[in-house]
Amino acid sequence: MNIAPARGSRMVLAAIPFFLIVVIYIMGSAERRAANPEDKLLPPISEMAGTTKRLATEPDRRSGDYVLWTDTAASLQRLLLGLGISTLIGLGFGLAVGLLPIAGASFGTIVAVISMIPPMAVLPILFIVFGLGELSKVMLIIIGVAPCLIRDMSIEVQNLPREQMIKAQTLGASTWQVAIRVVLPQIMPRLIKSVRLMLGPAFLFLISAEAIAADVGLGYRIFLVRRYLSMDVILPYVAWITLLAFILDLLLGLFARKTFPWAYVEEPR
Amino acid sequence: MSALSFRNVWVEYGSQIVLERINIEIASGSFLSVVGPSGAGKSTFLRLILGQERPSQGAVLLDGKPFPAEPGPDRGIVFQRYSVFPHLSVLGNVLVSYEFEQRPFTARLFGAARRRAIEKSEALIEGVGLAEHRDKYPSALSGGMQQRLAIAQALARRPRVLLLDEPFGALDPGTRAQMHGLIKPLWRDLKMTIVMVTHDIREAFALATRLIALDRPRRDPQAPERYGAKITYDLDLTRDGAVPVLGFLKTGMG
Ligand SMILES: Nc1ncnc2c1ncn2[C@@H]1O[C@H](COP(=O)(O)OP(=O)(O)O)[C@@H](O)[C@H]1O
Ligand SMILES: [Mg+2]
Repeated sequence: MNIAPARGSRMVLAAIPFFLIVVIYIMGSAERRAANPEDKLLPPISEMAGTTKRLATEPDRRSGDYVLWTDTAASLQRLLLGLGISTLIGLGFGLAVGLLPIAGASFGTIVAVISMIPPMAVLPILFIVFGLGELSKVMLIIIGVAPCLIRDMSIEVQNLPREQMIKAQTLGASTWQVAIRVVLPQIMPRLIKSVRLMLGPAFLFLISAEAIAADVGLGYRIFLVRRYLSMDVILPYVAWITLLAFILDLLLGLFARKTFPWAYVEEPR
Repeated sequence: MSALSFRNVWVEYGSQIVLERINIEIASGSFLSVVGPSGAGKSTFLRLILGQERPSQGAVLLDGKPFPAEPGPDRGIVFQRYSVFPHLSVLGNVLVSYEFEQRPFTARLFGAARRRAIEKSEALIEGVGLAEHRDKYPSALSGGMQQRLAIAQALARRPRVLLLDEPFGALDPGTRAQMHGLIKPLWRDLKMTIVMVTHDIREAFALATRLIALDRPRRDPQAPERYGAKITYDLDLTRDGAVPVLGFLKTGMG
């Protein structure tokens, strides 16, 4: 518990599990190929690299698209739209519900109830109401993510010491001024933390919606090639989605540290 | 002018009577200390002046007139903790009150108006001895420095009444003595009325011109909530010579 690795050895230690997974995969793949040259379950890494290169650099024979990039662009657009709108809703409503007793009394319970609805259960409704286009996919992410953010933000607002609101008022602040100068900046670090935690669910909703009804997107592609057992496409796509999620998480973390240094003073990096 | 009057004030929470029959005239420019056991209602007494709380009966008047029942810039406050904004620097904590004052919608100042406000803020920060910590965040300040900042901030809007709720209660004795050396001249120069709640009776004697004790004179062991606290001592500390009370002597009157 008390032995902390230095920076260099920390990176080595972090790399070991990844390395082990790769080694085990290569051994397993080679073994299955030796037993059955037609095996599709664990394609060799060389084959996956070839497929990935083709998807990324050669236009598709039918559509003429660079499949990997069009899929990525479509999925990221849906994800970022959904997450962005959810963030704005979460911040606005969370602030109002947390700060204004009237808003809390009128919306607090309904938000708590809505956040209990399993988003996947309303997906058919979304498809019926908003059609099979982009809107229903973005809506699914919003319905899945926004209520949690609203609750989280309103709790964060209520956790701010009451003394601060009083103090601000004795400095002449109106409710609006308290909201934008006292409350908003103080809940931003938590907002970014919550959005980071919601990245996983957001991807889940995105890929589910794409699997069911889409004609482009990362989730669409995985479920399309599943019929042909194309593990050489699925595995790299999964790795790519993971990498995208990881990068988004990292960027949000860096942004928070840069923008709100006061919130990280006691937290040595 | 900033005289405060309590006219037959009662505060009840449900069946619990916290304060009963409080009658006091606090002269403009006085420094009133409030002492009493925990839970006696000292903070409630301050909240009445602050406008955060309404009396169940009676009235609290500022210069003979009722005042808005919400906190406003004519009454400043320093709490024992959480008084400063952790997300603003020392300068930002003081500056923000001018930004509240001058920009109702954006609450942000730019250009020449900002420079003027910074000048005023810096004078206040200098006055409490924090000039070299201007750009630090509160988390980088010691407890005493945070309370200095809270005082500078509370003075920014020139309140007529300054309320202090155990402001130095969390500080070590040395720092507390420094804070006493800070607050007394400020009070004298700015001619405010100060009401300070404290646990430390020496502090009360060292600073105040008048001292009241809040306590429950009667107790019903079966129903402790039946009787509220009243003013049980009311001492004028401006008269010449030491006034012996509770075994302590009045000291440090300058
Ligand atoms: N909002 C409230 N609701 C119910 N009871 C309260 C409330 N605020 C204070 N009290 C009660 O009033 C009494 C006095 O509280 P307070 O003024 O904080 O005492 P002090 O500051 O002297 O320690 C306490 O018994 C407390 O439980
Ligand atoms: Mg108290």
